[in-house]
Amino acid sequence: MTAALLLEQGFNGLQFGLVLFLMAIGVSLAFGVMNVINLAHGSMLMLGAYFIAAATVRTPSVAVAFIVAMAAVAILAALLELAILRPLYARGHLDQVLATFGASIALNEAVIMIWGREPMFISPPPWLEGFVRIAPGLDYSVYRLAISGVAIAAGIGLFVLLSRTRLGMQIRAGAEKREVIAGLGVNIRVLFTAVFVISALLAALAGIMLGPLLAVQSGMGDSLLILALAVAVIGGVDSLKGALVASLIVGLVDTYGRMFWPQVLGDVAGNIMANAAVYVLMAIVIAWRPSGLFGRQHAH
Amino acid sequence: MRTRLIIVAVLGLIAALVPLLGEPYYTKLAARMAIFALAAVSLDLIVGYAGLVSFGHAAFFGLGCYAAGVLPLFGVQSAFVILPAAVLAAAAVGFVTGAISLRASGLYFIFITLAFAQMVFYIAQGMRPLSGDDGFRLPAPTTLGGLRLTDPNTLLYFMLALLALSTWVSVRITQSRFGQVIQAGRDNPMKLSAIGLSPYPYRLALYTYACALAGLAGAAYANLTEFVAPATMSWVLSGELLFMVILGAVGTLTGAIIGAVVFVGLEQVLSAYTEHWLFPLGVILVLRVLLWPSSK
Amino acid sequence: MALLEVSAARKSFGALVVTDGVSLTVEEGEVHALIGPNGAGKSCLIGEISGELPLDAGEIRFGGERIDALPVHRRAAAGVKRAYQVPQFFPSLSAAGNVAVAEIARTRTAWQFWRRASTDTAQKFLASVNLQSSERRSAQLSHGEKRQLELAMALAGEPRLLLLDEPLAGLGSGESARMVELIASLKGRYAMLLVEHDVEAVFALADRISVLVAGRIIASGSSAEIRSNPDVRAAYLGSRH
Repeated sequence: MTAALLLEQGFNGLQFGLVLFLMAIGVSLAFGVMNVINLAHGSMLMLGAYFIAAATVRTPSVAVAFIVAMAAVAILAALLELAILRPLYARGHLDQVLATFGASIALNEAVIMIWGREPMFISPPPWLEGFVRIAPGLDYSVYRLAISGVAIAAGIGLFVLLSRTRLGMQIRAGAEKREVIAGLGVNIRVLFTAVFVISALLAALAGIMLGPLLAVQSGMGDSLLILALAVAVIGGVDSLKGALVASLIVGLVDTYGRMFWPQVLGDVAGNIMANAAVYVLMAIVIAWRPSGLFGRQHAH
Repeated sequence: MRTRLIIVAVLGLIAALVPLLGEPYYTKLAARMAIFALAAVSLDLIVGYAGLVSFGHAAFFGLGCYAAGVLPLFGVQSAFVILPAAVLAAAAVGFVTGAISLRASGLYFIFITLAFAQMVFYIAQGMRPLSGDDGFRLPAPTTLGGLRLTDPNTLLYFMLALLALSTWVSVRITQSRFGQVIQAGRDNPMKLSAIGLSPYPYRLALYTYACALAGLAGAAYANLTEFVAPATMSWVLSGELLFMVILGAVGTLTGAIIGAVVFVGLEQVLSAYTEHWLFPLGVILVLRVLLWPSSK
Repeated sequence: MALLEVSAARKSFGALVVTDGVSLTVEEGEVHALIGPNGAGKSCLIGEISGELPLDAGEIRFGGERIDALPVHRRAAAGVKRAYQVPQFFPSLSAAGNVAVAEIARTRTAWQFWRRASTDTAQKFLASVNLQSSERRSAQLSHGEKRQLELAMALAGEPRLLLLDEPLAGLGSGESARMVELIASLKGRYAMLLVEHDVEAVFALADRISVLVAGRIIASGSSAEIRSNPDVRAAYLGSRH
């Protein structure tokens, strides 16, 4: 257990947490503004990864591939919102959960139909390969640093969007009081589509960045989505601040846990505990504060 | 109500006659329908009667499956030990996770049940000695006296009897005072408190009971497939169970039976046409939800 | 000792103070009415007594015991029953079914799993509020019938104190008159804290009236006293009386 190792895992944990944050934002925005649960959110991450993998085959330019992938996700997300989510805003959570679940199943199978069952492997762009010395004895992957950087940039971009632009103001108002913004003449439909597409793009961004680290395969976004849901519960479902704090905590707990638990409990039990730890944390937080750390109290 | 009861009775009759065909494939198919019917009935109690959307019900189904799969490793095969063990395992985990999940409001409840089920899934996956991710073969069949539940005919008749008994007991519970309180809590939990009853303990009791029933179904499932896998705890299965519930009429129990039969039948038909049957299944699910509002 | 004693109750939402040091009592069997302009905090006060709104400061005693730390259902079980501005009930159950649940609460028999629940004894409570029983879902009742149902449920719970939050709101003149008669028929048997805007009804029903303005009680006394109180006339009654 060296300091370098601890530091490296700390960076890994923060990076993981930041990626989780990208997913958790989507959950918070969808619920906070639109009062909707979207289980197809993980599919957006998966599609981001698949589209960039497919695009990089066609074009050597990373930038072009990136734009193409993001645009494809944006279009698909808008269609999804129009066709499936829009009729469900007025319905209860059961309908939303089932319809988005059905969509995610169909999308998971669709990528298999198009690209086959074999996982695809993509590499990071050459200028992001390699290592950089960030501390004595610690060479850290440039690509991982880039991921954290992009995630932070996306977070700042979102913050600027929400606090400085008209769209952002409408989104925040919508999160507070949906009925009020309708009365102010804001086009709710366009607003909701915009929020949905922004969330999907953030998830796709996470997928694009994670592509080289994980294998690109069907359902790759789903376990991250469920983890993001746990994060949202811990932080408070409608709180972006809560999502950020909870994401970072979960990222660190998970990463350090995977190192720590096997040392304490042995290989098998340690691995199990490492997997379960985040959910145990969630249980403790909910038992203490039923609305999450920063959530507003919801009446039944 | 009466129509559904007749449909279910007819289905039961047909199922009882299937073994006469002498085709184990169809007998196992009927048993599969009965197993998922029991799981769907148990979920309908939570969703339709208590008004809570649980997206983690597969965890309890899977726990029952694992009970039937793990006990033989310790030399236990008798159904008189395995079935109560499956019930106990599912009920215990259901009680603990339910005690926490039910403290949260509707939306959080959905997320938390999903998260807890995922946790159970990871734990099962992590048990590498039991061959982790993919699962393991059922070491020995569950025995009922001299009979083995892995025998399709035995399993089918056992399940028909179990399904009938469980559904009857569950219907009686919904019609009792406890059931009225549960339904009142679904309609208006604030009002229930205002007349002097906290919804929480009653919901927890019902949730635990429903999880126990799912565990029973899971134990039977292990005998049907002769395989024990973490996939029986997956969130996908949780979603499919919910689908079965809404395919029938939510909040009727007999509707859940019909929904399970239709779903399993649909799976069979679709997978005969294409290996990518999950795609049309997902589309059908979306269409079903969009075209027919469920009662929630 | 009064049945209900509220002492120095305070509640604010951020910078907005909705209850500003309110003290009042309700004696056994009396009808104590609470009037005041819109936004005075009357419904909030009712919510603080029933338990839906926790107090920031102050005490509430019911039958001598402190209840301000108890959750809603415990206060209700002790005998504090609330009827809401928008009638609250169980829409998928029939009217008799609703009352039956209130009885289950009162008799503490909610843990019966086996015997079928019956609605026979519910009938008499429906009759006492002049509500016809039927198999229809109670969601289909008219607004006035929903109010009657709420009252029937409250009575089935054997209340010691009824908190009535604008029981006449949304009722036509005929229904209104019947509701006033109904409440009058309950006078003396149950203590009531009645929040209402209909001043005529209040003067007819109340033994005591308190006037709440901006979270504070500015006057309290008999109808005659309140009618002639200059502060009350200025703040609330205006030039009509």
